Amino acid sequence: MSEVSVNAPKGHIEVRDFSLAYETIEGAVQAVTDTQIHVKPGEFVSIVGPSGCGKSTLLNAVAGFLKPTTGIVTVDGERVNGPSAERGMVFQQYSLFPWKTVRENVEFGLKMRGMPRSQRERAARTLLGLAGLEAFEKHYPEKLSGGMKQRVGIVRALATGPKVLLLDEPFGALDAQTRVIMQQILTNMWQRLKISVLFVTHDIDEAIFLSDRVYCMTARPGSIKAEIPIPLERPRQQSMMMSSEFLALRRGLMSLIREESLKAMGGEITDMGMQGLSIELHGHSLADVI
Amino acid sequence: MPATALAEADSAPAVVTPSAMPPSFGTLALRWYRLNRAGLRAAAIGVISLLAFLLVWHLLTTYRVVFFVRFTNVPSPLAVYASFTKAIHDPKFLMHILLSCRRIFIGFSLAAIVGVPLGLIMGRFKLVHEIIFPVAEVLRPIPAIAWVPMAIMLWPTNEQSIVFITFLGSFFPILVNTLHGMSLVDPVLVRAAQCLGARERSIFREVYFPASLPHIFTGLTVGMGVAWVSLIAAEMISGQYGIGYFTWEAYSLVQYADIALGMIAIGVLGLGSSVLIRGAGRLVMPWRAK
Repeated sequence: MSEVSVNAPKGHIEVRDFSLAYETIEGAVQAVTDTQIHVKPGEFVSIVGPSGCGKSTLLNAVAGFLKPTTGIVTVDGERVNGPSAERGMVFQQYSLFPWKTVRENVEFGLKMRGMPRSQRERAARTLLGLAGLEAFEKHYPEKLSGGMKQRVGIVRALATGPKVLLLDEPFGALDAQTRVIMQQILTNMWQRLKISVLFVTHDIDEAIFLSDRVYCMTARPGSIKAEIPIPLERPRQQSMMMSSEFLALRRGLMSLIREESLKAMGGEITDMGMQGLSIELHGHSLADVI
Repeated sequence: MPATALAEADSAPAVVTPSAMPPSFGTLALRWYRLNRAGLRAAAIGVISLLAFLLVWHLLTTYRVVFFVRFTNVPSPLAVYASFTKAIHDPKFLMHILLSCRRIFIGFSLAAIVGVPLGLIMGRFKLVHEIIFPVAEVLRPIPAIAWVPMAIMLWPTNEQSIVFITFLGSFFPILVNTLHGMSLVDPVLVRAAQCLGARERSIFREVYFPASLPHIFTGLTVGMGVAWVSLIAAEMISGQYGIGYFTWEAYSLVQYADIALGMIAIGVLGLGSSVLIRGAGRLVMPWRAK
């Protein structure tokens, strides 16, 4: 544990005047434009938005996989210009190395750092124990369930003691029950390690339940539409999801996203149009009514 | 809730309730039979079909059937068996086999030692690919047999030119499959390695190479097959020893039983070497075990 637990929160992410454009034959396509976000040390921040709004693009830029067209990304004041073990990443498709056992996957970052074998084996076992995976250390990822794979993914990203954990729709491929458990595990680990988390999701409940703050993005070209603080107390319980406070936040965020999703679908479906689609048919077919 | 308790709920293995009494031998045998029925069936049918093949061969040759094809001079299975029992005591026959195996071993090993690293490097470095690929594409369609005259000119000894032909036959399948494997490496795995602190060399060793291994082994299996084809052709044309030469010599000397014996020996050797490669593949890629 000494490898990964540090008392002072760390990992101050700042994204300033950020924009990112792709070059295509028809010219530059703006994916993200004029975006400012920040994550304070030890804070849990989510980004939600309609699909294709560039939230993953933004996350990949923080990870260092994409270079901003304009603007700057810094972590603790240092400019990001390439991937590094300081920013751990968890992917939607788990991305475990199929040729490595669960433990070897977790050890990978430590191995890259040159830690001796016996030491990193011990560190990996400790971490796997925390995630309830010690019995599976010798298994290959293929044999694991989705929830277990993603637990390994999170543990692997945390093993090197990063300042920041970046998660790109990490629970998107899991079933609802597993998802809830994974959210709880992630929260526990985050509170224990006191690192900053930037979490991308399209699940509004998930974003509210996990975060201190939620950024809502506009449809493409993406930018920040709203920033919503989540004042729910911690530790959070499943039962809170029924509280009026939670539901109010949910309603607010829902309407923000709905607006943007409609725009993302081409802007032709207006609220009027949506109402038109919900005509009471009273047993008639749509053709009859029209 | 503690993380471990939550984790167990997700990862509890399916429990098989053991029956109160230990199962009797009869029950066990029955269960084993039920579980392996498909395999047993395939094996039984396989044996029957081989016996049927021998029987048909026996009948066709005993009655010297002439029906479009002529079995007048074709040796019967018993005649071939007789020449086999004679041959295994003949050091000359064993030397033919040994020499062929040595040529395969040297030619194929060289092809693997050159082809696999070259494919890996070509897959990783665009410039190397751009330089070498066009040449490889022009040379690749030339059958190894067509190289025989050129090989005889190129190499001072017959032995060397035969090994060269064997090398050429297996080189291209190995190279092409390695390249194919490299092109299929999941870029997300590369990114996962990068944000765990892996640099170019480690990524090559820990991601690209193991990710390509299944295709490399496909290349080695195909390459081994083509190596035998090329070797036998080369031995028939320019050899003085080797199982291909043995078969051709048997024809020249009108020893019909030896023709079939040579053919069967080639078949068995080819089968044996591909079994060896498959075994090596299983050893090197334990994560692919069923």
